[in-house]
Amino acid sequence: MTSTDQQPFLSVRDLKVHFSTEDGIVKAVDGLSFDLAKGQTLGIVGESGSGKSVTNLTILGLHDRDRTAIDGEILLDGKELLTATERELAQLRGNKMSMIFQDALASLSPYHTVGKQISEVYRKHTGASKKESRERAIEMLKRVGIPQPEVRVDDYPHLFSGGMRQRAMIAMALVCDPELLIADEPTTALDVTVQAQIMDLLKDLQQEFGTAIVFITHDLGVIADIADDVLVMYGGRCVERGTKKEVLTDPQHPYTLGLLSSMPSLEGPVDVPLMPIPGSPPSLLNPPSGCRFHPRCAFAEKVAGGRCSSESPVLEVVDGRGSACHLTTAQRQELFADLAAVAQHN
Amino acid sequence: MFRFLVRRTIGALVILLIVSAITFWLFYAVPRDPAMMSCGKNCTPASLAQIRHNLGIDHPIPVQYWYWLKGIFVGREYSGFGHCNAPCLGYSFANNEPVFGTIMDRLPLTLSLAFGSAVIFLIFGVGTGMIAALKQGKFLDKFATSASLLGSSLQIYFVGYIALYFLTFKLGILDQPSYTPLTDNPVQWFSGLLLPWIVLSIIFTANYTRMARSQLVEQLSEDYVRTARAKGLSRANVFLRFAWRGAMGPIVTVFGIDLGTLIGGAIITEQVFSLQGIGRLSVISVIQSDLPMLLGVTVLSAAAIVFFNIFVDAAYAFIDPRIRLA
Amino acid sequence: MSDTTPLLDVSGLTKHFPIKGGFPIRRTVGAVQAVDGLDFQVGEGESLGLVGESGCGKSTTGRLITRLLEPSAGKITYSGQDITHANRKALAPIRSEIQMIFQDPYASLNPRQTVGKIVAGPMEINNINPAGGREARVRELLEIVGLNPEHYNRFPHEFSGGQRQRIGVARALALEPKLIVADEPVSALDVSIQAQVVNLLQKVQRELGIAFVFIAHDLAIVRHFSQRVAVMYLGKIVEIADRDDLYGNPRHPYTRALLSAVPEATVDETPARERIRLAGDVPSPINPPTGCRFRTRCWKATEKCATEAPPLVQVEGNKPGHLTACHYPETADTVPAPRLSKDPEAAA
Repeated sequence: MTSTDQQPFLSVRDLKVHFSTEDGIVKAVDGLSFDLAKGQTLGIVGESGSGKSVTNLTILGLHDRDRTAIDGEILLDGKELLTATERELAQLRGNKMSMIFQDALASLSPYHTVGKQISEVYRKHTGASKKESRERAIEMLKRVGIPQPEVRVDDYPHLFSGGMRQRAMIAMALVCDPELLIADEPTTALDVTVQAQIMDLLKDLQQEFGTAIVFITHDLGVIADIADDVLVMYGGRCVERGTKKEVLTDPQHPYTLGLLSSMPSLEGPVDVPLMPIPGSPPSLLNPPSGCRFHPRCAFAEKVAGGRCSSESPVLEVVDGRGSACHLTTAQRQELFADLAAVAQHN
Repeated sequence: MFRFLVRRTIGALVILLIVSAITFWLFYAVPRDPAMMSCGKNCTPASLAQIRHNLGIDHPIPVQYWYWLKGIFVGREYSGFGHCNAPCLGYSFANNEPVFGTIMDRLPLTLSLAFGSAVIFLIFGVGTGMIAALKQGKFLDKFATSASLLGSSLQIYFVGYIALYFLTFKLGILDQPSYTPLTDNPVQWFSGLLLPWIVLSIIFTANYTRMARSQLVEQLSEDYVRTARAKGLSRANVFLRFAWRGAMGPIVTVFGIDLGTLIGGAIITEQVFSLQGIGRLSVISVIQSDLPMLLGVTVLSAAAIVFFNIFVDAAYAFIDPRIRLA
Repeated sequence: MSDTTPLLDVSGLTKHFPIKGGFPIRRTVGAVQAVDGLDFQVGEGESLGLVGESGCGKSTTGRLITRLLEPSAGKITYSGQDITHANRKALAPIRSEIQMIFQDPYASLNPRQTVGKIVAGPMEINNINPAGGREARVRELLEIVGLNPEHYNRFPHEFSGGQRQRIGVARALALEPKLIVADEPVSALDVSIQAQVVNLLQKVQRELGIAFVFIAHDLAIVRHFSQRVAVMYLGKIVEIADRDDLYGNPRHPYTRALLSAVPEATVDETPARERIRLAGDVPSPINPPTGCRFRTRCWKATEKCATEAPPLVQVEGNKPGHLTACHYPETADTVPAPRLSKDPEAAA
């Protein structure tokens, strides 16, 4: 099932987010488009500085408006968010769209009880009484699997374990039944067994409430577990998108292939060296010309006329599938064969 | 909380004991004999010994200290001066008065000065800092930041005399500084202290502006503040209930220390405006080599600072639930 | 493991951090049992992986081996020499042979020193003057770790995270150590960079014959890097084995659960790997469960597990060197393990 079957619930069109800093303009996001249907999960993969987190803060309107220049459009259920007022956005946040963050300890207020932090969202958006909101908070804590919710509701976040905190954050994000949940690396700081618990929880809750999820991560393993569609970001741009299966089993962009083959796995041969991507992620202050991946790309010389360094490849998406690369399909099939063999094991 | 208070009170008493012992030893070990000074020109060894006995300094220093300590609890008999009621902090030879009584006479003024100016610098300092943090990088912020830099580089003796000259003598807007007890006449109490309050507040206001601004700017970039906004809470709500809460701790800490110091006497302010507070008392006792008085003032200052430190720690635990007192 | 003396021999290693409390006089009222009775050996040139979740004591173990922490009990023998409580003077010659690589490549390099000075630091402290001079040696080291020797005079902030970790590796190699304790050396790095550093460490291990204690939470990276792997839970080793045995035939239920929780970038309609979901959280190391410490989250736990701590032994069916601390070890035909209830209340 792909998102094209349904009317998109969230639609991002040619989004550009540029910050002005003391050193110059940072092109954090540079022309990004995607759609997401209700009940679907879009996985956004990227490394530090790929623009994946900025994109999502922009959807909620949480970027620093004084220092950010934004272009493009973001439609949530047909409503344009980029031109919405702060008041309108505040109505939507926590209510129709919510967000969960990586570091739950830092992201929950240390000065308020967990129950208070959950119930105040509910009160704000539904006008419920204090008592009703508190009961709702307990119900949500129970729903996300916190033992003894009626006791823990009055605890402060620092008394919760890492996994429990992330559960509490999920409870807080879902207390008003939002239709869109943005999850920014929600499991990165967690241990694997707890990560598995949280991912199961998110999947269950999505089934129950039909929430659309944007799941941001750097971990392709997590993507394989949770996403329907995948968008790979590099240097502020989308380099490849498609269904999870397409992207993970038949990567079209050298960067995606590089990510897959640089990951060690629990199966497959162990005595061959990993295949890292050389170099480091680009500076968005002064990004490389042409294709932003070309300085690290193993195949840049294979493209005639040095186009990789002079001309930005266009992302052409057909049926939700596409990649931004100058290589022809034939070249790709030939060049990827060796690496893909390695990636296949992973 | 109870355990915390008990433990800290015991600790505070130990600190005061140490402070007073060191001060006592320092003062009485200096080669200035108070008996010699009050004996006058025609001093005979017999009268000198008599004065020593009257002053209670005819014993070894540890014994003297013990008598001094004992006096705090049970009072003390000075053969030359009469009885000094408990709590007796000693007897001032220069004033011919018990130290404790003199300090208690001067304390209301110093307390009025300290708390009155604290109200001013807290309101204006923190308020300006909050506005500056909200308007980060804008004109108001730059103005407040520059003004506070200017303010914190001023000196009381400079501002004090200028303000006194213009506001009181030239323009007559404010009353000549004076002290009337609050219970006698609140209006006079207020108008007499207004100028000292304002002058004493200037430097503090500037410091609190800068501190409140930097604390709030830091807090506003915290993750939990972002989460609060992601929940749809209004900017004002987020600012006051989340960011401000986090910024309060360090401000309360510095405030406690400042207040403790002020109760030890605003020496320059009292001097500039000729107010008879603890600060002036300590200056005079230094000039007159009135060692028992100086000892009393030192112990009082130490007690104020120790007390406000306990207060700060308790307040911190109240503000931040992560801190557990034990 | 060879029959000769192992490079590092750890037995009964224990670290308890005291907890102060009580009223009115403070005293030690308990202890965080961070590490509780570890036994393991590391042979020359061998890489031992220490895996486990946060709070299992793996980092404390690394600090004990390098003697950054004082052990509460047990014995650490390095090259036949007891260094458990060796003082500064006795440790000095050994300190140069045991080096450490840290997790955070940003915090572990002094921002005010040039790369040359950072890498030469250990040589200066130990007053070592290699033939050809320190600078030449530093340039050589930079080359080994894949950095440009011309970067000698640059400062750490001019480098990316991966390059900084290379500087950290170069510094660790400066004294030609025999053992490197690497504490989560790649977990702060981007995925595409992790592989670069893992490959570098592998090259170092093979070409220079350096033994490693490789501390990580990422099971896939440990599998790639370490010939032997120890799994820790709440301060104890629950299973230790050669790589192939541990990953191919995990006997301890915790090892199995841990392996099954690792998300893999595969799209498989019928997952070959079983999925075990552990309920709840790791208990507190202040008051760990009696008997087997994993029993509160184990689906096989019985009365025996609560009363009797299982010894770390070669249980039936294990190859030599494969030790498991479990009364009811898993066997290949116990697949699939029962999937636990996701409701932690049931477990609580």
